[in-house]
Amino acid sequence: MSSMDLRLDTSGDYYARKFQPTKREDTLILNMGPQHPSTHGVLRILLEIEGEYILRADPVLGYVHRMHEKMGEVMSYPQYYPNPPRTDYLHALAWNWAHVAAVERLMGIEVPERAEYIRVITCELNRITSHLLWWGAYLLDLGAFTPIMYSFDDRERIQDILQRITGSRLTYCYYRFGGVSDDIDDRFVEDTRRHCAVMKERFKMFKSLVTDNFILRKRVEEIGEIPLETCRKYGATGPVLRGSGKAYDVRRAEPYSVYDRFDFNIPAYDTCDAMGRYLVRMDEMQESIKIIEQALDTLPEGDYIHPKAPKRPKPPVGDIYFALEGARGKIGIHLVSDGGKSPYRIKLRAPGYSNLSLFSEVAQGTLISDAVSILGSLDLVIPEIDR
Amino acid sequence: MIEAIEAIPAQFIVIFVGFLAILAFVGLNAVLLVYLERKIAGFIHRRPGPYEVGPHGILQPIADGLKLVGKQIFTPTGADSYLFWLAPMISIAPALVCFIAIPFGPHLQIINTNVGLILILAFTGINVLALCIAGWTSQNKYSLLGAARDISQSVAYEIPLLITVLSVVFMTGTFNLFDIAAGQGAWPWQWYIVYQPLAFVLFFICVLAETNRAPFDLPEAESELTAGFHTEYSGMGFAMFFLAEYAYMVVASCIVAILFLGGFQGPIAPGVWWFLAKVYIVLLVMIWIRWTFPRVRFDQLLNICWKWLIPLAVLNLLITLAVIAL
Amino acid sequence: MIKTLRETIGGLWSLLVGMKITAINFKSPEITVHYPRQVVPDLEGFRGHIELVPKEDDPFKSKCTACSNCVRICPTSCISMKAAKPKKKEAPAAEAEGSQEPAAKKPKAKPEPVLFELNFNYCSLCGLCVQSCPTNALRFSDDVYLAGFTRQEFVFDLLARLQNQAQKKEQ
Ligand code: SF4
Ligand code: SF4
Repeated sequence: MSSMDLRLDTSGDYYARKFQPTKREDTLILNMGPQHPSTHGVLRILLEIEGEYILRADPVLGYVHRMHEKMGEVMSYPQYYPNPPRTDYLHALAWNWAHVAAVERLMGIEVPERAEYIRVITCELNRITSHLLWWGAYLLDLGAFTPIMYSFDDRERIQDILQRITGSRLTYCYYRFGGVSDDIDDRFVEDTRRHCAVMKERFKMFKSLVTDNFILRKRVEEIGEIPLETCRKYGATGPVLRGSGKAYDVRRAEPYSVYDRFDFNIPAYDTCDAMGRYLVRMDEMQESIKIIEQALDTLPEGDYIHPKAPKRPKPPVGDIYFALEGARGKIGIHLVSDGGKSPYRIKLRAPGYSNLSLFSEVAQGTLISDAVSILGSLDLVIPEIDR
Repeated sequence: MIEAIEAIPAQFIVIFVGFLAILAFVGLNAVLLVYLERKIAGFIHRRPGPYEVGPHGILQPIADGLKLVGKQIFTPTGADSYLFWLAPMISIAPALVCFIAIPFGPHLQIINTNVGLILILAFTGINVLALCIAGWTSQNKYSLLGAARDISQSVAYEIPLLITVLSVVFMTGTFNLFDIAAGQGAWPWQWYIVYQPLAFVLFFICVLAETNRAPFDLPEAESELTAGFHTEYSGMGFAMFFLAEYAYMVVASCIVAILFLGGFQGPIAPGVWWFLAKVYIVLLVMIWIRWTFPRVRFDQLLNICWKWLIPLAVLNLLITLAVIAL
Repeated sequence: MIKTLRETIGGLWSLLVGMKITAINFKSPEITVHYPRQVVPDLEGFRGHIELVPKEDDPFKSKCTACSNCVRICPTSCISMKAAKPKKKEAPAAEAEGSQEPAAKKPKAKPEPVLFELNFNYCSLCGLCVQSCPTNALRFSDDVYLAGFTRQEFVFDLLARLQNQAQKKEQ
């Protein structure tokens, strides 16, 4: 084939055909993904580009759809423990918590105070690891290779701490109906405290290595501006919403667990650009450390799991919606029970799905490099979006 | 028989032997640079870097090379296989020619020509053509975009590069690299970097861009264009691009060393060692920069060139001229 | 104009700061572990695949009473177990050793597993089986450096594993 008609490729699969090019002859359809280095996993984005400018962008999902919702319907309540954490493997404990708390609320199981504190501490530690990974991966997208190594250093140390009590390093399955599966000990408290102190120093280093870096600022400032209106339209939550100036955080808006006892800020930046989202996450890690330190100071004694917590729960007929703040936004679980030993229907609300939806609107008219930057600033975890 | 050999002009024999020496030098440099690059990256990341093959992983680049040689040669469907495989060769050949004119030491230079600098600048320009062909014939959109980026980048950065070179040339009044190096004294304060600090900085930035090094490695930006122009190359095709890239880095560092750092001049016994030491210091700084910074964006890259480097280079040239005229 | 200049100079300075940080890290000691020669020192809490816990007095017998709680709770059904009553002639021996059972009760043979297999390919290491075992007969192993070429290698016969462990201990 000697002719270089690259547009021929659009005769590809269903999505590519649906994404029929406009009548213009001088544009190119580019398949970014599913194996593209900066789409983190298996997101595929169809782009129509003119030179390096993006005219249209359309994300294609579903490459890692694993039927987590359907699995919930065929498994008993305890058997479903390992599933939610595997949707968003970076902030696994938040999903674990959402599932556990939804069932607890439906059945009216009381959670001992110590367990709530342990949940807060571990969940916030997990949030830090999630943001650290995002930070490293985002800079990898922007072409800096070194930060991910530094962030992994800290991340591994937090994982060491969490591994000691949860047994896992990534897909934690630690919370149980009515508490947590294992108590924390003095060494955990000590390690966590020590590491919190270390992290504070590291944040200073991160700031001068990356946040203040001239090249980085030029890559993220005024890039991918998402007006608050767009966030509302698509239901974007989490750092994306806070990066657009609205200080909405489920931990503050609908306090669950014992979050109302801690003193922490909800960082928000009204620049609406990638820098705003970047700074929100950087600040959030520091706020998480503040929460952890307060929780460790006031950690009550007591049971780590309710002694009468049901081993094989059978919630009454009814439904419940429970939402909490994950690293990527509002995680919601809608659970409908028909009184049986497995749910009638379980619906997982993945924040990444809403956050990704606004991409095609925001990416229009930007450069490919900017699209990479925007995509990274949304902090997507594809398995969570596909579920 | 002997007559036949005597009939060959001595110049040819020198060039022939020199060429073999250059091949060895380029190969050795590539091996050393790959090792250094990975080791330095490792230390910056606080990990050991290559460690398994040989003591402290010293044989790792050779193992990598063997792996690349052993790989299947693969031409994508629909690609023009003739041009596709020509491109890596076009890329590496000019790099070898460039070394001919470089004075490594007071007595170590293959040809001492009056237009050495021009020769090098002209031949390095050919690389653009190679990358353009590679991107165009790969039948891959990422390659095409990478090639497009590379052309606009190289064309833009050639201008400030030449202008800054001119300011040194006006100072010395010659294009002869040997004379430029010899014209500088032994001690650092006698080098042209002291007389032309701005030109040095500008030249260094241009060199980074011309050799596609981070933070200006846009044609092969892996997070945007997977691997840019060499996405489809495997085995030796990729190895040759790789070799060429490192060869150009060495050529560029040689020129930096000659123009601004006194070339082979140095306190106590000027010679090859001083030259190589300077070249490697420049190379190490390039590696260090790569592992520190994010990548700039494409339009920013061109903006830096047109809005900052070219005006500054012209300004520098004017000042140089004014000082010379006075 | 002046603002742009100042911004640019500040920006260039930030680049130098960045290079200083990487230089400091360059000089700092390594933080990684050279894996085959060194191993991570502290693996406390690590969950390997599950294994059977031997009886305190008889390391060749597991504590398992074949209640099949673990089989039922496992979300991915990766445990398969077959129970059997111990043969007549073995029963008295077990009776004599087992001290939990009141001696008054006559050889009502306790069932015990004759086959206990774990298909580790499907295990999600959730820990439900360990927690649901009434006799604490399961625990996590600390096999970190587990690797294999085929799926079959990850189907473990836990009873055989128990025997091996006991034999090693005796030697
Ligand atoms: S750990 Fe979980 S998945 Fe693995 S065998 Fe036990 S119950 Fe099954
Ligand atoms: S739950 Fe314990 S006692 Fe019951 S079958 Fe499993 S290992 Fe044996």
